[in-house]
Amino acid sequence: MSTQATDMVHDEHDDHGPAKGIGRWLFSTNHKDIGTMYLVFSLVMLFIGGSMAFVVRAELFQPGLQLVEPEFFNQMITMHGLIMVFGAVMPAFVGLANWMLPMMIGAPDMALPRLNNLSFWLLPFAFTMMIGTLFMDGGGPNFGWTFYAPLSTTYAPPSVTFFIFAIHMMGASSIMGAINVIVTIMNMRAPGMTYFKMPMFCWTWLITAFLLIAVMPVLAGVVTMMLMDIHFGTAFFDAGGGGDPVLFQHVFWFFGHPEVYIMILPSFGVVSHVIPAFSRKKLFGYNSMVYAIIAIAILSFVVWAHHMFTVGMPFAGELFFMYTTMLIAIPTGVKIFNWISTMFRGSMTFETPMLYSIGFVILFTIGGLSGIMLALAPVDMVYQDTYFVVAHFHYVLVPGAIFGIFAAVYFWLPKWTGKMYDEGLAKLHFWVSFIGLNLTFFPMHFVGLAGMPRRIPDYPLQFADFNMVVSLGAFLFGASQLIFVYVLIKTLRSGEKAEQLPWDGAEGLEWTLPTPAPYHSFPTPPKVD
Amino acid sequence: MLKKVTVFGLFFALVPSVAWSEWQLNMNRGVTDTSASVYDLHMLVLYICIAISVVVFGVMFWSIFHHRKSKGFEAHQFHDSTSLEILWTVVPTIILVIILFPATTSLINSYDSEDSDIDIQVTGYQWKWRYKYIGEDLDYFSVHTTPADEIRNKATKNENYLLEVDRPLVLPINKKIRFLFTSNDVIHAWWVPAFALKKDAIPGFINEDWTRINEVGIYRGQCAELCGKDHGFMPIVVKAVTEEDYAIWLKQQKMLKQQEALASKQSWSKEQLMAKGEEIYNKNCAACHQPNGMGMAPVFPALKGSAVALGPIETHLDIIFNGKPGTAMSGYGEQLSSVEVAAVLTYERNAWGNDVGDMLSPADVDKLKGGK
Ligand code: HEC
Ligand SMILES: [Cu+2]
Repeated sequence: MSTQATDMVHDEHDDHGPAKGIGRWLFSTNHKDIGTMYLVFSLVMLFIGGSMAFVVRAELFQPGLQLVEPEFFNQMITMHGLIMVFGAVMPAFVGLANWMLPMMIGAPDMALPRLNNLSFWLLPFAFTMMIGTLFMDGGGPNFGWTFYAPLSTTYAPPSVTFFIFAIHMMGASSIMGAINVIVTIMNMRAPGMTYFKMPMFCWTWLITAFLLIAVMPVLAGVVTMMLMDIHFGTAFFDAGGGGDPVLFQHVFWFFGHPEVYIMILPSFGVVSHVIPAFSRKKLFGYNSMVYAIIAIAILSFVVWAHHMFTVGMPFAGELFFMYTTMLIAIPTGVKIFNWISTMFRGSMTFETPMLYSIGFVILFTIGGLSGIMLALAPVDMVYQDTYFVVAHFHYVLVPGAIFGIFAAVYFWLPKWTGKMYDEGLAKLHFWVSFIGLNLTFFPMHFVGLAGMPRRIPDYPLQFADFNMVVSLGAFLFGASQLIFVYVLIKTLRSGEKAEQLPWDGAEGLEWTLPTPAPYHSFPTPPKVD
Repeated sequence: MLKKVTVFGLFFALVPSVAWSEWQLNMNRGVTDTSASVYDLHMLVLYICIAISVVVFGVMFWSIFHHRKSKGFEAHQFHDSTSLEILWTVVPTIILVIILFPATTSLINSYDSEDSDIDIQVTGYQWKWRYKYIGEDLDYFSVHTTPADEIRNKATKNENYLLEVDRPLVLPINKKIRFLFTSNDVIHAWWVPAFALKKDAIPGFINEDWTRINEVGIYRGQCAELCGKDHGFMPIVVKAVTEEDYAIWLKQQKMLKQQEALASKQSWSKEQLMAKGEEIYNKNCAACHQPNGMGMAPVFPALKGSAVALGPIETHLDIIFNGKPGTAMSGYGEQLSSVEVAAVLTYERNAWGNDVGDMLSPADVDKLKGGK
């Protein structure tokens, strides 16, 4: 896709610049401001969720109960999961979408700016309420981020009602964000930009948005059923009243499995920009990449019960979900092979975004391979609910989602701020993160295979040494994120001026904009041919 | 990899905990045919995954090493190749099919729980297991026994820390044992790694699974589904014995049961009951109501000063005996013998400053039991 450089000096738009003071943020309808708010919010949540993981790892540093009670430990693992999924990863992706989609498709802004404002401003309230439950009588949610009934209904602390309400608000926010993305992409592409000329990030987000619209209502449904069971005498999940606790799991994972793709697809998009840029080559197999994403998205609706191999499904069910899950490996493999082929015989350099993308490909592949192992129902009887699973999903989520986000931030930061980040420090951030991450999550495979169940505040002695290594790795990984914050601050305060095209291999409409990107992206659509 | 080895080596030297541990890296082969086939399948897939990684990462690192700008390598512009793309769709498909054959066979096998020799109903409770030998009039609870002092780091942890119970599940080897899993409250999962057997225990439903143990030994596992506060403290211990020993054990258990029935006919003094009650309380009740009787507001009520513990003895007995449906307070009528119920009730009425002063004798419990 070649683009015509557009002259972006629009004097008549000067009076449309940002409003002054707090009003700029509270009432903002500007995609960049809202994107920034999403990203900052998600960074704050990353640190809150991370400090909860810190509590968990500190308690598990040695066998025995040292720091927290089991009751509080359960609240920490629950909150850690909920905050990372709904507070850190998802808002970060929406933030990136806000910043990049209009710039990539040649639009002035998102299609529905007021909805955009509302969908962001729901989040601080939702999370204040959710975190607030920790201070309520009986403590916060303590039933794991998967909140299986009846532990989360009949046996839940009273604060569960607030948790349900918070989930409803997050869901509403996600659905609005998704509608906005779909409307923007479908209607506001620059003339000449057909679907199959669209940048990969737009493709991945388009599919993600459809997934969100499909499954967030299911999540809303399942928490509403909980609410009814708790307060209004229904018995959806109570066998005593004719219900079924396993129904909860089916509904939850019907949301939950597409959800994990929601947390990875936009990263696929980011990496598909970064790797070609630093290989100075076009993305290999653009079309097959698009088809692979669509295939993954469709398959994600028919694999949910692989999270439930031990609930006692009929044989045919078990077989069906094992086979469909294995199928997902094929389009996923296509993507990985395409990225590697893009690198192959390129002219590579290794700036921080590229390091994060390569880290992404390697570690995500490891997580994908352990996923194939987990897909095998008979062996999953052993893996299920052990640290092997914890290792698996952290390998796909941390390098998958988080590394993808870091790659995106370092890649586009010069365009956003007009300033260059400190490459040396950023590389340090990458290497410390990379080592910390592997030290944290790799040994979890071992303790899991040796038989350590997940979600326990204390463990038998045979797991002691690896747990200590894991905890040390986790502290290192956590600390390395402070470097990230420092790099950001340093860039904003004293970063060198960035060029219009800071990466010589990068392509796309966003790079045709001046640096820093103007407040309104493309008041007149550029032409794409 | 080298880096990891040295780092681990360093910890090995530094950490005083080495005496405890084993640095176990992999799954065990286990002691049943199922576990052996699961292990083989696991190893097969593991090797395939390692092989795939070697190829994929090999190409990638080779490329990273050679195709870099700093070496003056010029990018070759190519961005499509139908034959390559077909190749890497077809090859993984073939690999998957190869894996799926043994996986399907193994799954078929694990679903065949017909023709069992012994049936055992396993019921999960917050936070203990109950084993009922169907057709044997034998039914007991299995509660973890790791002393609080070890958990709280006031005493050295023993070798089976967190993996020890008062009464293990005793099973004969070389017999097909069918399990029926269910739960009394939330979802639990019964898991013994050595049998490669993990099944959810779901309230209101019954799940089946089976095993046939090949070797005598003691096998330990843990609850695998988050089930509340003490999820980490509901271990499973299975003692596998020879068939002869199993027959002897069954007889012993039946005799013990008769002795227990006799004990309730004896007369017990209040002091005896208080002493026994304290023991029973700390083992069965303290997890929720706390050793000092203060409970944990608002879910677990304090018994110190509680209207129930200070009120009429019948109400108090009723709640211990039948529990309170829909709460974590399950009935102990089936778990505890008459002596134990009498003891714990007497203890609750007269400990931590509660001073009702009365007591309930085991014989009275029997009488009330009979009246029901
Ligand atoms: C799994 C946690 C748990 C365990 C173990 C437990 N209880 Fe309870 N207990 C509760 C809960 C929860 C209640 C409150 C039920 C309600 O909502 O009325 C309760 C209530 C009681 C009450 C009534 C207190 C009052 O003031 O209402 C008594 C008496 C009692 N339990 C005795 C015992 C005894 C004796 C044991 C041990 C044999 C025991 N409990 C073990 C959770 C537990
Ligand atoms: Cu349990």
